[in-house]
Amino acid sequence: MIKGEMKEKQLARLLVSGPPLLFLIVFFVAPSLIMILTSFRFPGEFGGLAPVIPPSDQAIGEYGFTSDAYQFFFSDFIYTEIFLKSFAVAFGTTLICLILAYPLAVLIARSRKHLRNLMVLLVILPFASNFLIRIYAWMIILGPESALSHFVNTLLGAFGIAPVTLLFSPFAVLVGMVYVHLPFMVLPLYTNLEKHDPSLLDAAQDLGANAWQRFWRVTWPLSLPGVFSGSALVFIPVLGMFAVPDILGGTGDILIGNLIKDQFLGTRDWPFGSALSIMLTLAVLSVAGLTTWFARSATGQRAI
Amino acid sequence: MKRGNPWLWSAAVLVYAFLYIPLIIVVLYSFNDSRLNAEWVGFTLFWYKALFNNTEMLLAARNSLIIALCASFSATLLGTMSGLAIHRYKLRVLPVLVFTPVAMPEILLGVSILLFFLQVLNFTLGMVSIIIAHTTFCIGFVAIIVRARLQGMDESIFEAARDLGASPWQTFRLVTLPLIMPAVVAGALMSFTLSIDDFVITFFTKGVGEPILPIQIYTMIKVAVTPEVNAISTLLMLLTLVMIIIAARLESNASSEESTKPRKTVK
Repeated sequence: MIKGEMKEKQLARLLVSGPPLLFLIVFFVAPSLIMILTSFRFPGEFGGLAPVIPPSDQAIGEYGFTSDAYQFFFSDFIYTEIFLKSFAVAFGTTLICLILAYPLAVLIARSRKHLRNLMVLLVILPFASNFLIRIYAWMIILGPESALSHFVNTLLGAFGIAPVTLLFSPFAVLVGMVYVHLPFMVLPLYTNLEKHDPSLLDAAQDLGANAWQRFWRVTWPLSLPGVFSGSALVFIPVLGMFAVPDILGGTGDILIGNLIKDQFLGTRDWPFGSALSIMLTLAVLSVAGLTTWFARSATGQRAI
Repeated sequence: MKRGNPWLWSAAVLVYAFLYIPLIIVVLYSFNDSRLNAEWVGFTLFWYKALFNNTEMLLAARNSLIIALCASFSATLLGTMSGLAIHRYKLRVLPVLVFTPVAMPEILLGVSILLFFLQVLNFTLGMVSIIIAHTTFCIGFVAIIVRARLQGMDESIFEAARDLGASPWQTFRLVTLPLIMPAVVAGALMSFTLSIDDFVITFFTKGVGEPILPIQIYTMIKVAVTPEVNAISTLLMLLTLVMIIIAARLESNASSEESTKPRKTVK
């Protein structure tokens, strides 16, 4: 009787977790492993991969495994530079998002419930509209014919500075990145700030803390978990983004994402593209790991 | 604590302006009687008419709709199972596999599925590979929503059902499923929106065949910017707006029913 029940439970467990597990092993784990393998293969003459079974007139060694793709990466500083630049853009985007999102998140968290829900919805709405459209909107705003461009250039002209193009510049890329990722920062921050006990701030005030001290010594340290999760949610996707530089950046503004995209859909150098993807994965994992560690030690200290 | 701090309010107004002005411009220009996205010339519906005569675009919209329906169906099914399994059993591997695709840059998922299909399955990329790729990353979103709902529920309801002699299947069908239904529907709507909007993963898994909506939009933006883009953008915004409002309604209804619903179902 009890044994039958156990079996039934085991069966239920298998039936519920089995299908998603199987699906993800086939369509997520296997592709990732294939990517690792591909990064150690030789590229084919006409793109893709060289065949595993060599034609008889070729040396066998040429078709085995190799670390060429990784060596190629380090052979030219330009690739390292693109990685560093992507990190810089991701860092800048995260910082700007944090500065823009924080006051908004504080305000939302302190509003009455009704208003609060509306304000959150107003943050989510633009984020729900198509991602390309949101980038494209900035193409209009920053374009050479736009009112903003005219305004900026008239202003610069008044100071005798030559006109600038706003679109297709690092500035445009940064604006686009911030615009697309801002909600990812607002939401975790708000969720964290909402949980703070307002009486802590009252207590600080009673003890003579001014507004700045109240923020810096009460609100900010308590909000660190939200800051870290928001930062990770912005930093990581920006690191792999290729559409924003593609549409708003000039030809010189290539990031890791663009480089990877070109290896698969342009030059068709699969091993190099895979190697770049693996390195991006490692970068993401270390960022995620560091954030978790940082968040734990920063918030752990407060608890003591 | 002061309410209505003027500094906070002005910062918030600026951020909201930053969020909304670009979208408002797109909507306005979709009615602008000019080829250029620069000056307001006059009101017209020409760009909408042009859009509805653009057969390629209509085909792309139809394909994207099919993909979104299939992907959201399979992702909801698998995601709900994952949410249940992760909540109920102590699993190690499944949560990692479910949540990683959500957390990593999309390009990595797109590229690895591209390689997998071309190398292992020797499969022509197309609608099927897109549907599979979309399902992979949507499962996590559904699982998160379903698990959050389960976490807020009283475990004793399920024990009561079992004590009254319900089999696991009966417990699921008569107790669990009705209780998590709002989360399941919200997950389905979310997957649908994510799938129909997704550009990055679609871009890598599409192959050369059928036109797909985000790709068509991308080409239009990159190659020939006409206000037709504004028109389709406005229509898509309208669609997502409706979906989001429905999802938000469902979620708020779900949380307000929390106290009454369990009692009704477990009689």
